[in-house]
Amino acid sequence: MSDQREPITGIDVPISLKYNFTAGAGPARFLSQVRKGVLTGQRCPRCEQVYIPPRGSCAACGVPTEEEVVLADKATVQSFTIVSIPIPTNPIEPPYIIANLVADGANISFIHLMSDCVNEEVRIGQRVQAVWKPEEEWDYAMDNIRYFTPIDEPDVPADKIGKLPVSGWGA
Amino acid sequence: MKQIAIVAFHQSRAVADAGACNEVEMIMPVLSEVYQQVGINNAQDVDFVCSGSCDYLQGAAFAFVAGVDALGAVPPIKESHVEMDAAWAVYESILKIRMGHADSALIYGFGKSSPGELPIVLSQQLDPYYLAPQWVDTISLAALQARLMLEQGKLTERDMAEVVSRSRRNALNNPNAQLAGDISAEDVLADEMYLSPLRKADCCPVSDGASAMIICTVEKAQQWGVPFALITGIDHRIETHNLGMRDLTDSVSTRLAAEGAGVADGSVDVAELYAPFSHQEIILARALGLDEGTSVNPSGGVLAGNLMMASGLSRIGEVFQRIVSGEAQRGVAHATSGPCLQHNLVTVVEKA
Amino acid sequence: MPESEILNQAFELGYTYTRSTGPVVGRFLTGLRDQQIVGIRASDGRVVVPPMEYDPDTAEALSEFVDVSDEGEVVSWAWVKHPREAHPSSQPFAWAMIRLDGADVPMVHWVRAKDESDIRCGSRVRARWADETVGFITDIAGFELVGE
Repeated sequence: MSDQREPITGIDVPISLKYNFTAGAGPARFLSQVRKGVLTGQRCPRCEQVYIPPRGSCAACGVPTEEEVVLADKATVQSFTIVSIPIPTNPIEPPYIIANLVADGANISFIHLMSDCVNEEVRIGQRVQAVWKPEEEWDYAMDNIRYFTPIDEPDVPADKIGKLPVSGWGA
Repeated sequence: MKQIAIVAFHQSRAVADAGACNEVEMIMPVLSEVYQQVGINNAQDVDFVCSGSCDYLQGAAFAFVAGVDALGAVPPIKESHVEMDAAWAVYESILKIRMGHADSALIYGFGKSSPGELPIVLSQQLDPYYLAPQWVDTISLAALQARLMLEQGKLTERDMAEVVSRSRRNALNNPNAQLAGDISAEDVLADEMYLSPLRKADCCPVSDGASAMIICTVEKAQQWGVPFALITGIDHRIETHNLGMRDLTDSVSTRLAAEGAGVADGSVDVAELYAPFSHQEIILARALGLDEGTSVNPSGGVLAGNLMMASGLSRIGEVFQRIVSGEAQRGVAHATSGPCLQHNLVTVVEKA
Repeated sequence: MPESEILNQAFELGYTYTRSTGPVVGRFLTGLRDQQIVGIRASDGRVVVPPMEYDPDTAEALSEFVDVSDEGEVVSWAWVKHPREAHPSSQPFAWAMIRLDGADVPMVHWVRAKDESDIRCGSRVRARWADETVGFITDIAGFELVGE
């Protein structure tokens, strides 16, 4: 073969390592509840902020967040982006919306999808609610919620986002 | 030059599997302990934070960034990280204090090695053209080193078994040890070969855990009003990655680091050596010039439990604890990294 | 606080790295493809196999390539009774430091042997070439013991 004459200048060295990942104790408690269709945050004993999904610590104070707080599946849009390009390995057809959402009763946002909405009308402060998969499909995963969809409630002013009680936006 | 004081140290238990704990949950308890030892709240109360860890251990990219969640980094803190054992984070922190950029530093190291196949994960630290693609594991490389020692008459299998026996017996007094027991050299020698010429007991176990330390200027230590020990010397040296070009039966880098750190400037009451394999403790003790007057690895050393990326820091901490308890006046701590003791750091700790 | 369940998920982490070899490593790998092992002469005259780009003692760039034999002597060895999945052999084998004839510095590779008692320091071994050599370290499909 002619390429036998060409000197080697590069090599492929794929490496692959096998692991058995373990969710942290805090995340595991959260995931066990999500499996039952319940969103649970954890409250910091110092600053009292509620985290969802919890990682086991309050990043602001550096202490364990051990108090569980059951949250609503209603949330407020804190920020969002409209994705117009396909993402490799992601089955969702663009354009779609990825949003930073703060669940009622929580202070820190999480990222999830929005759908069943007019993309151009999505806005900060908009009220949304979870659309769950059928119960028989629930697993230890946040995608038990298919997406969040707008609900007919007045918008939350920017300075109130992340400060709502679990009872929601009574207005 | 500013004198550096160690004021606090804590290590978690070394366990074979930390179960559900993630990195943050492993780090927080040890940080909490060192905060209590000096009476502070969190990382906001020190001037600098430096950690040591390796994301490959648990296969979680940027796990070290997640570790920052354990610190209370709001408002933002001065923080750094070494992809090495946290003993090297001590070195960086000392430089920071000596440059006048900090008066105190929190150092921590953590490793959750149980999720992966550690000896194979570590094969990927080797040169990526000749060795890593062969997946030569760390135990096999250590076995090649031990064979050279045996073949050249530089030690016997019994010498190695004696190291194991002393480690396991010393570990009986160490509540954090993973492997402890009253076993004799004969018991060790009665075991079958694991990776000849190494028996399983010649090799450190795979462990999960973390450790943390606080160092500072002497003025700060006095202000905190806690017992402290002084780091009077620290140096580290590395050898070529080409195993064939090293004399694997010696540790030239340890000897040079020991000279740099001033090990020979006084008697050595205690030495904590990071020797993941029994024969390596013998190489290290020789390179450091230790004699019978030195108590070697009174904690049991890493043969009793090896927290990857924290064991080197723990060696310094073990010496510190023996000095403040009055058990020793002057000690040497050693940390290593890379295959067959490639990179070595030596610290001298003395009574204040 | 309720007890946490332990939730596990096995996964495989893959990195599809490609690497440039540079002229020195490239020369060695090109040699392997042609079933010729190439070393390099260090500043003190020693022949280093596989070749290094720089002298570890003087940091001098090295460039004098030297062909060496594919046969040599075992300097050290370790017997792998229970090979790991990633290892090059699923049968028990030895990792070895092998000093090839014409080289001064041993290289790390593996040796095929039926039993631990077949190998010792000083054993003569010869490279077994892979059926297809492509310019990679595994073109040497282990070394074989040479009858004494």
